[in-house]
Parts: sequence; structure tokens; C-alpha cells
Amino acid sequence: MLKIYNDGKRITAALSGDIDHHAAREFRTVLDETISHSRPELLILDMEQVGFMDSSGIGLILGRLRTVRASGGEILIKNARPEIGAVIRLSGLGTLLVEPKKQEAKL
Amino acid sequence: MRRYTVNECKVQFPSLSRNESLSRSAAAAFAMQCDPTVEEIAAIKTAVSEAVTNAIVHGYRDMNGVVELVMRLYSDNTVYIQIKDKGRGIPDIKQAMEPAYTTAPADEERSGLGFTVMESFMDKVRVRSAENRGTAVTMEKRLTGKRDDER
Repeated sequence: MLKIYNDGKRITAALSGDIDHHAAREFRTVLDETISHSRPELLILDMEQVGFMDSSGIGLILGRLRTVRASGGEILIKNARPEIGAVIRLSGLGTLLVEPKKQEAKL
Repeated sequence: MRRYTVNECKVQFPSLSRNESLSRSAAAAFAMQCDPTVEEIAAIKTAVSEAVTNAIVHGYRDMNGVVELVMRLYSDNTVYIQIKDKGRGIPDIKQAMEPAYTTAPADEERSGLGFTVMESFMDKVRVRSAENRGTAVTMEKRLTGKRDDER
């Protein structure tokens, strides 16, 4: 569900699976443990293996953004699928997005 | 020509959060008969997930109930989706649909963007609700692909 790569002050959390209301709690617990333990200057959420995210994911990101920024850090989101990027942009968090992934036109 | 119903499917499930993924997978499977694009499937899945989550988090807050998902495919390749609960209802629909508005406690980290997402991803979203009777969210999206019986 979540793998953490820690190189000092920069932490990458590779999320996988669906991020919805049901799954958000577990993501939240693991991310919060990591944040409080390492106080990252940069937390990168790698969404490559995330197949689905709805607005529950926005709540998840916003909550973590608050704690990371409180200790002077920042969050970036990479490898988000276009449709997940769309949800993130809709919430006003589009500035956190990097490296939009190329989409396939058809299933 | 008046559109007619080509196919219809009804799914009922208890208001358990694990059924959020079940409901959107059902909607995606239903839409497959219309050869949807990746974007269309993602839009439908996301909108259904939002509405079902609302039913579970708000409609049936502190109680259990049944969520009903009705899916219809019309002859003009419009997918119709209705998500219904018999829960608490929404006292003020207009306010509930405002971006970032939520009645959930802060520690639940609800973004308040559910209806915003639904409206952004679907062509039409209609909400009917009565306090202590329940809520019905009806959405439509016209798909660009051809139905399997037209190909």
C-alpha cells in the first residue's frame, strides 16, 4: 500500500492501490508516522501505482500538507494519472503536481 | 427521437466503507458496454465513489443502512446513475454543494469537494433530499463511444 524511501531530509512515499475514504485512514497513519519521525523538508508522494483517487485523497493530502508545512517542509506529488491530476487541480492543489504522466487515449 | 433505456442494472449494498470500491467497479463494468475512454471511465468511477462515500459518511452517519446504485444506459449513449440512501438527508442542499463545505468533524479530513468533483466529471448532477428520509443523487454522462450493439 505504501513504501517509504528516506534519504535524509527528502522522503518519497510510493503509494499504491486506490485512495478513497475506506483506504485513507491507513495511508494517513503511515504518512503521519513518517512525518513525525523524520520531519522531512520535502515529502514526495509518488502516485505511479495509484489507480484511483477521489476527494478523500484531497483530504488526505491537505492534512499532511498542514503538518509538513508547519515544520517548514513541502509536499510534491509526482506520476499522478491525468484523472487524478484533475481531482488535485480541482481542489486548488495543482501547484504540488510535477511530471504529469502521459495518458493513453483508449482502454 | 425520444431516447429509450437500452440496459439497466441495480446494485444494493450495506453502508460499509469497503463497498465504495465495489460500487465504482460496478459502475465501470456497466459503462464498458459503451466502449468508454479512459477519461470517461475515470470520471464515472470518481463521481460514483463520491456519491456513495457521501451516503456512507453523511447519510448513514452513526447508523447502518442500505445504499442503492441504479445504472441505466440510454439509446443516446448516456449513462444514468442514481445513488440513493434512506439516511439523515441534507438540510440545505445548496450549501452542501458549495466547494469545501463539509459537516464532518475536522479529524475526519473530509475535503468538502465531493459534489464539486461530481459536477466537474459528469454532465448533469441532481440532488433530492428530505431530512430523515434520505438522499438521491442522480447523474448523467453522455459517452462518445459506440454501444456494443451498434458496432
